Amino acid sequence: MEDERIFSDICGGRLALQRRYYSSFCREFCVSCPRLSLRSLTSVTCTVWLVAYGLFTLCENSTILSAAIFITVLGLLGYLHFVKIDQETLLIIDSLGIQMTSSYASGKENTTFIEMDKVKDIVINEAIYMQKVIYYLCILLKDPREPQKISQVVPVFQSAKPRLDCLIEVYKSCQEVLAHQKATTTRS
Amino acid sequence: MVLKAFFPTCCTSADSGLLVGRWVPEQNSAVVLAVVHFPFIPIQVKELLAQVQQASQVGLAVVGTWCHRQQESEESLGHFLEGLGTIFSHNPWLQLCRERGSKFWSCKATHHQGPGIAGVSREDHVILIFYDQRKVLLSYLHPPTILPDGQARDATASSEGLAAIFDTVSRSEVLFCKDQFDEGPVRLSHWQSEGVEASIFMELAKQASGPVCLLVTCLLSLVSAASACRLWKLWPLPFIASKLSTCEQLHHRLEHLTLVFSTQKAQSPAQLMRKANMLVSMLLDVALGLTLLSWLHSNNRIGQLADALIPMADHVAEELQHLLQWLMGAPAGLKMNRALDQVLGRFFLYHIHLWISYIHLMSPFIERILWHVGLSACLGLTVALSILSDILALLTFHIYCFYVYGARLYCLKICGLSSLWRLFRGKKWNVLRQRVDSCSYDLDQLFIGTLLFTILVFLLPTTALYYLVFTLLRLLVVTVQGLIHLLVDLINSLPLYSLGLRLCRPYRLAVAVESRTFAQSYFHRAAEL
Repeated sequence: MEDERIFSDICGGRLALQRRYYSSFCREFCVSCPRLSLRSLTSVTCTVWLVAYGLFTLCENSTILSAAIFITVLGLLGYLHFVKIDQETLLIIDSLGIQMTSSYASGKENTTFIEMDKVKDIVINEAIYMQKVIYYLCILLKDPREPQKISQVVPVFQSAKPRLDCLIEVYKSCQEVLAHQKATTTRS
Repeated sequence: MVLKAFFPTCCTSADSGLLVGRWVPEQNSAVVLAVVHFPFIPIQVKELLAQVQQASQVGLAVVGTWCHRQQESEESLGHFLEGLGTIFSHNPWLQLCRERGSKFWSCKATHHQGPGIAGVSREDHVILIFYDQRKVLLSYLHPPTILPDGQARDATASSEGLAAIFDTVSRSEVLFCKDQFDEGPVRLSHWQSEGVEASIFMELAKQASGPVCLLVTCLLSLVSAASACRLWKLWPLPFIASKLSTCEQLHHRLEHLTLVFSTQKAQSPAQLMRKANMLVSMLLDVALGLTLLSWLHSNNRIGQLADALIPMADHVAEELQHLLQWLMGAPAGLKMNRALDQVLGRFFLYHIHLWISYIHLMSPFIERILWHVGLSACLGLTVALSILSDILALLTFHIYCFYVYGARLYCLKICGLSSLWRLFRGKKWNVLRQRVDSCSYDLDQLFIGTLLFTILVFLLPTTALYYLVFTLLRLLVVTVQGLIHLLVDLINSLPLYSLGLRLCRPYRLAVAVESRTFAQSYFHRAAEL
């Protein structure tokens, strides 16, 4: 079962949340960020090239122009490969674990898998971010040897930064799966 | 609880048969290692499992049945497979079924409640997880923990979740040794059933490594016995040896060689990596050293170097003389105490003169010495660099001497000044109590003390300047030596083997798991790991 809803991120940009319910113990949430806008790309390129042209008129050295082109191309490739995240996915499978995938604009995918033994809980936390107070969803990890202590806090959807309404949807679904898992663990 | 079944990707197209694997109760999962095909005799299957269990300490059993059938349903096969459940009883009993050519799978796991309650069996939800056997076997995903008192390794399964699953696969290597071309009573399907993977170079290397290790260990023990003999303990040889970085580097290399060529096998993957890293860095070192050697001995570079060395030493000495003349005058506009200045300046100038004479005495032999030292580069680039650093230290020995003189003089001056300053204020350093106490001095003590204090204060700028200048020179030499040592340490400790492995075969260093889900079949979820 799949459905898609539109939400917004903390800056007001448009986000799409895609939910796939495979079964009662396996769910996937996919948050897609807006693509690279042509306007910002053109403006950055134009600024860089105007500055290079300005330097060229001062120095009369044509290597500045070729260097500017080179830098722009490399910078764009680097940005697409290392910085611009298109989609972030959270896959939660009961009794197996939680997997978070970030896919970049160049196609690169970065995956992190956390085993269910290490997961204590999934909560929504508040944080002070620059001049704002934002909400973020995070996974609390515990050391299996010390189940009472929280060893790490792993935030989810870090680059998409959805608002509270989107986070509540994801939170409710994840809590259902975790509750189901806790019930079956205590039973067995 | 949800039951997890780990199924190897290589068996998805195998014919129908029995599933052989291990049941991990703590994780509620069944790890399938291979599929046994028809026809088989149950006794022989049980014998094979017992053999493998003895060899690998992994508790194998028949965990279920696998049915890969055509579109037209073969009911008889289904009944036959169900009947097998009574021969190989296992709780829970897994039944995987796939129709040929379709994407749909069906998995069922039945628990038998017990002999008393007939016909009642509980069914669980099943998650089917595919794993790549080859990658799991070749990676170091399994836990490296070795229990201190050598208990049975089965006990570690309760910790670390998925790592325990993969540990099972890796320890059952014995099961994967036979392929389909071997004539055995039981026909298995696993990742190596098409043919056991091996590389002829690795096999030859393994065969050759035994005698080679023995030979090298004998040679190394001879060398270490020779170096431990009593002759080397006569003073001043240990003192010199501790100061020379070449001896240290050679000692280091000897240790590395002993470790790499030791006849014991590596206990854990970490140790294996360390040995491999050491071996690769030593090979690189020797290769670079040989390159340097060939470059040095071509084009008469040694002669050119020897010819350039003496003028360079002369030049350095001349520069030092200029510096001292400058200090003896009015350096940077400061007014020095003329008498002390002249004394110190002449003292240091005489030293330089001695040094230059010594260098000129050695000049006929320089080329020979350099030639023989250049030969040592075949032991490795690190040894050549250490020798370079030692030569630099020897050639700038006079700067070191000047620094020591300047520092001693300055230290004495500061000690005297602080003690006389205390006298000036009427205090004394109490050695017994390690603190400053007040003390009443006689008049003549005070008088002499104040005089000396004044003299020392006025001589302070001169000594301080000499000290500063020579310390800076010494720092320069130490920086250059430090850079050389940094390079040597880099070559010694860079883990090139691990880096190469990361670039070429990243799955061998895998410590994490990535899963992708795909199409569902009814209410059973299939995930690929």
